[in-house]
Amino acid sequence: MAFLALDNLSKRFGTQTAVDGLSLGVEKGEFISLLGPSGCGKTTTLQMIAGFVEPSSGAIRLEGEDLLAVKPAKRGLGIVFQSYALFPHMTATENVAFGLEMQGIAAAERARRVADALELVGLGAFAARYPRQLSGGQQQRVALARALVIRPRILLLDEPLSNLDAKLREEMQIELRQIQRTVGTTTILVTHDQAEAMALSDRVVVMNKGRAEQIATPLEAYEHPATAFVASFLGKTNLVNGVAVRPERIAFAAAGLVGTVRTRIFQGNHWLYQVDTASGLVTVIRQNTGDAMPEEGAAVHLVWEARA
Amino acid sequence: MKSTPYLLALPALLLFAAIVIVPLGMTVVLTFHDWGQYKGIEPVFILKNWREVFSDSYYAEMFERTFRIALLVTLFSAVFGAPEAYILSRMRSPWRGIFLLVILGPLLISVVARTLGWALLFGGSEGLVNKALMELGLIDTPLPFMFTETGMVVALVHVLMPYMVLSVWAALQRLDPQVENAAIALGAGPFTVMRRIVLPQAMPGILSGAVIVFALAASAFATPAIIGGRRLKVASTLAYDEFLNTLNWPLGAVVAVLLLVALVIIVVGANRLVERRYGQVFR
Repeated sequence: MAFLALDNLSKRFGTQTAVDGLSLGVEKGEFISLLGPSGCGKTTTLQMIAGFVEPSSGAIRLEGEDLLAVKPAKRGLGIVFQSYALFPHMTATENVAFGLEMQGIAAAERARRVADALELVGLGAFAARYPRQLSGGQQQRVALARALVIRPRILLLDEPLSNLDAKLREEMQIELRQIQRTVGTTTILVTHDQAEAMALSDRVVVMNKGRAEQIATPLEAYEHPATAFVASFLGKTNLVNGVAVRPERIAFAAAGLVGTVRTRIFQGNHWLYQVDTASGLVTVIRQNTGDAMPEEGAAVHLVWEARA
Repeated sequence: MKSTPYLLALPALLLFAAIVIVPLGMTVVLTFHDWGQYKGIEPVFILKNWREVFSDSYYAEMFERTFRIALLVTLFSAVFGAPEAYILSRMRSPWRGIFLLVILGPLLISVVARTLGWALLFGGSEGLVNKALMELGLIDTPLPFMFTETGMVVALVHVLMPYMVLSVWAALQRLDPQVENAAIALGAGPFTVMRRIVLPQAMPGILSGAVIVFALAASAFATPAIIGGRRLKVASTLAYDEFLNTLNWPLGAVVAVLLLVALVIIVVGANRLVERRYGQVFR
């Protein structure tokens, strides 16, 4: 029996089906991502777990208990919203303390746990600031501390990093992963960013049109995509004569599929090539080793390892 | 050139000075002039009018009534207007648009017509509501409404409520709907969400609405004139009477200047309070 079990969960809004018969078992301590394009039903799924949206059919069980019978305020889940949803009229400390106050934790213990939580996210020095006085990344940390301090049974993250710039997002990914490992809270992340999902998760649930197309570890989903949608959503892919080949698996060689370089783009750590071949346009990614590479208009031969 | 911005602002400044500052200054000067039944206004510098207003308890009572009414109107507008604005902000279109129009509707009708409407409903034993209630045997004597402070407060709340609703509504527009969900997820019940999360964020809107409503209620003329008549005067109707009936312009000017000064002090003070209390949090 899984720690958190979604059983044939569906949600219909009028004639539209947002989530269509989703079943998923999450183990205790696991970090799992709901990954898909906007409108795939991932956020609706999260909101059903949180209790803000009522499922049309299906069941959600947490540690065997029927979660749908529990009011949202009593579910004991930690949620980080996309907008962070901090209380603007409260300081960082007051924001983090709010959940403990609701639980009736005594003031002394509350103060200690709030300080610990702010320390955990590296914001000890900003405790007295209002959200307005914090940067996006700092607000994000406050939201995380606020969700973690109540020692939630599950941590729900709704696109928590999408409002941060690329560099900060990468830093926060690493930090988020470390914090999750430290506290060991079962975590469900909703994201449309496949790199983020793969970087953070033990398993990913690739969703499309309300259905789970594949539930697997990031490596497995990338190497053995169950459907064409999964293959195309998890990074670039080529379909050469009906076989899916990742662009970084294709190399230039003395003999092989004949082609002409249409464009090449330098991206720092790698080169991105578009090659015209008899089997159509093929995308090739080659690591930048400092060596000279074929130029635009050059005739090349492409080879790749056949994989199951 | 350094003086260019000032030169550019000059035409507007001149207009402002001509239509606001100069008449206001003339009114202030007027307060020091003498007046007699037969000699009219004498352009001298005396403190008679000020002394009269400050020594006669009639004026104190009248100012007290003015600000008591304004305070009650503000209070009731907040108590009814703030929840109304919250409900409005929670409505979906097209209902939100329809009800916004319903709330703003009163602003489209003349204050005089609206106040006379109240008078028709509650005015003496001939008022429709009073008549109906008496015929049903629910009351023996007509409900007092005309020439009462209650009547003025009711009619003014009706007139000024839209300003409160709009002000609170504007504040609630900035409220992230997820914030309430965040509080619920942390274990807060509906009452706690309202008291700890929604109300503090609506507060700047309530306070700025209160300043507007208070200022308009304290300086309102048409409604107190119709409901209170000359039996129950407030500052504005008194100033009107002194100017146009008694023709004692200097005394009327004192009342008008005092009302203005009191309002400016109250409004600026309230603004300071809001700035200090909420400046750091909302901006």
